[in-house]
Amino acid sequence: MGFKAAVLVFPGSNCDRDCKTAVETTIGGHVDMVWHEESALPSGLDLIVIPGGFSYGDYLRCGAMASQSPVMQAVKAEAARGVSVLGICNGFQILCEAGLLPGALLRNAQLKYVCKPIELTIANRRTRFTTAYGDQQTVWMTQGNGDGNFFADAETLKRIEDKDQVVFRYVENPNGSVNDIAGIINEAGNVLGMMPHPDRAFEPALGSSDGAPLFKSLVGALQSA
Amino acid sequence: MKAKVHVFLKPGVLDVQGKAVEGALHGLGWNGVNNVRVGKLLEFDMDGADPEAAKAELKAMCEKLLANTVIESYRVEVA
Repeated sequence: MGFKAAVLVFPGSNCDRDCKTAVETTIGGHVDMVWHEESALPSGLDLIVIPGGFSYGDYLRCGAMASQSPVMQAVKAEAARGVSVLGICNGFQILCEAGLLPGALLRNAQLKYVCKPIELTIANRRTRFTTAYGDQQTVWMTQGNGDGNFFADAETLKRIEDKDQVVFRYVENPNGSVNDIAGIINEAGNVLGMMPHPDRAFEPALGSSDGAPLFKSLVGALQSA
Repeated sequence: MKAKVHVFLKPGVLDVQGKAVEGALHGLGWNGVNNVRVGKLLEFDMDGADPEAAKAELKAMCEKLLANTVIESYRVEVA
């Protein structure tokens, strides 16, 4: 049975095709593009990707309006069933706004849009998104956002850390994120949100292939399930 | 009824926009300005005549969409 993924598309998404290509190139399988007004997702999905971009023009708050869209109600139901969900950049913001991940993303502390290759440490290599990294300690991906400053109150932060929910940390913090957090996973271990872009780092031509194992990990997770 | 919803970052949450505005005001010579916070004001018309019911609706709107209570607090007014 082939791998089945869906990439959500909102008005203002701009990494949706990158995500589709990343999944197709790294693990193959079938990738459907799903418009935000759909209230149902294709059946039998192995992965839902919420791509980067500026959904609804970042109006009100980044990800706020997208988190209330019909398709996100379907994503919540699938996430509750254990389907893997990956939110990248604006996708991470949407997952936080939707309450699928704790915390929120604030404006970058130094007020600059950060757009550059960035080095991350893998803080948790036992998730279904990180097993294929083996012993690799750090990865290079690219970052491109103005609101990537992860924030959670002290109590929430302690819970995230205690439960090993931090998956990626910045080697050099570019935006003021608490505890250098670049990506976190939910308690159940099936919803990952991250600001850096594995979808812009999955083959040598892109300057880094370090995003590829993230997608490949999911195939391993299916085979061992 | 006219409704007003004020949304601000909670105290303790870094307001970089407020910091930037504060820096600009200092640059213009208003050195007595401190703790600038930039928030949002949403204004709209609402059906109905019961201010208390309207406030309850506004609170629900804030919790659901207009504010992110992880980082923001809000205040509602009807007139």
